[in-house]
Amino acid sequence: MVKFEINDLNIWFDSTQALKDVSMQILPNEVLSVIGPSNSGKTTFLRMLNRMNDLNPNFRMSGNVMFEKEDIMKIDVELLRRKIGMVFALPLPLPLSIFDNVAYGVRMHGLTDKTRMAEKVREALRQGYLWDEVKDRLTESAFKLSGGQQQRLCIARTLAVEPEVILFDEPCSGLDPISTAKVEDAMVKLKEKYTIILVTNNVKQAARVGDRTAFFLNGELVELDKTDKIFTAPRDKRTDGYIRGKFG
Amino acid sequence: MRKFKEFIIEKLILISGIASIFFVVLIFLFLLKEGLSVFNTVSPFNFLFGKSWYPISEPPQLGILPLILGSLLVTLGAAIISIPIGVGCAVYIAEVAPGKIKETLKAGIELLAAIPSVVLGFIGMVTLVPLVKNIFHLPTGLTALSGSIMLAFMAMPTIVSIAEDALYSVPKTYKEGALALGATHWQTIWRIMLPAASSGILAAIMLGIGRVIGETMAVMMITGNAAVIPNSILAPVRTLTATIAAEMGEAVVGSEHYFALFAVGIVLFVISFIVNVTADLFLHKKQ
Repeated sequence: MVKFEINDLNIWFDSTQALKDVSMQILPNEVLSVIGPSNSGKTTFLRMLNRMNDLNPNFRMSGNVMFEKEDIMKIDVELLRRKIGMVFALPLPLPLSIFDNVAYGVRMHGLTDKTRMAEKVREALRQGYLWDEVKDRLTESAFKLSGGQQQRLCIARTLAVEPEVILFDEPCSGLDPISTAKVEDAMVKLKEKYTIILVTNNVKQAARVGDRTAFFLNGELVELDKTDKIFTAPRDKRTDGYIRGKFG
Repeated sequence: MRKFKEFIIEKLILISGIASIFFVVLIFLFLLKEGLSVFNTVSPFNFLFGKSWYPISEPPQLGILPLILGSLLVTLGAAIISIPIGVGCAVYIAEVAPGKIKETLKAGIELLAAIPSVVLGFIGMVTLVPLVKNIFHLPTGLTALSGSIMLAFMAMPTIVSIAEDALYSVPKTYKEGALALGATHWQTIWRIMLPAASSGILAAIMLGIGRVIGETMAVMMITGNAAVIPNSILAPVRTLTATIAAEMGEAVVGSEHYFALFAVGIVLFVISFIVNVTADLFLHKKQ
């Protein structure tokens, strides 16, 4: 069973084409790393999967994206975003307490029972590898956490809604190496339950975490293959150039 | 030479800075000097809580409670009308309206702010006043309600533009964060945008109310100017501002009436000051 199937996807913002004829498949329970220089369209690609591009009034597209054999443009957008969670580049806690940040999404989807809520929050924080650090300060403002903790809080918040897929948009770009390592650990463990798509500027991170890696350049999908293959014997010489640090 | 120029410019700016404070202090002192004299004839308590305002009877009765209540009633009415509509309009402009409608609405709101209050009062007099009279079968349409409705129009531009700014300055990331969790547009507005912008919205409300309290012309024209304690929003009232505007011309300089009007000015000043400081506190809390 294929999780996502993307067929001839083109995306424009105004007259600028951000993605050109992208076709690919994403498999369940894999970590797919997406690499490429800035402006390569990798974030646009990611934001297409949970329809965050819709927020831009100049967005236009052709082709289609199937999520579990259903066209995402025909799925109710809130339901789609519930099934496909997203973690952003900068940790963005909501202006609420630590507990309420995690509870926010769940509460919004209608859970009111207090004991079940507490359980869900605890479970989500455990999965985000944050529970031990915050269990005694759940009522504090989320802004008091360190950057790495905030990012793991955002992961926990996404997990609490029980998605099937998690999109990571350069989740470690604002973090120090130790926090990065913790977030990466969390990602690798999460793939047992979730499908993970990781957009990253850090080529080494893609190599460490990804099962498969996709390389985007100027809106085109240049190459998609097993991570070992991409990093040892890429077919395209542009891929080779990028991962060796010749450009980008 | 260049140093001299710097020196001159620096001093000029300094003088401009001091001048504004200087004039405010001067005005305030003048107001105090003239206004406090009224307390030679009437005690502060009787002045603030006296129930009758007959400044030219003999001896004059200088109780401004009817005027304070008149101002409060009109302001409260205006607030009840303008806050929901104003904040709703701000949310619509900031969050919902597509590009063209947004620009049109913003221009419209600015235009509303540009209408001189006397013109609004005039329009209210010929349209709103008869309407209120007919709807409620009143002997006169010159009521607190008419004043409230008209003043709501005056508070609206302030409330809308400042509240819209506050909503606009909520980081886009909050919104995306909530939407990415599967929140609907309305859930995002209600649970994230409005709380995050709350201090700015409160400041907008306070500034709008400040404008209503200080407004004179329109209320004078359409609230009926009866200096009695109003028993309902459908009764004629007279506000603090209208009293000063209506009576200052005929008060004998140096008379008790004259001093009493200055004292009314002090009361207004204090109320406006409190409202503005509160608004400021909210704005600072935001930063």
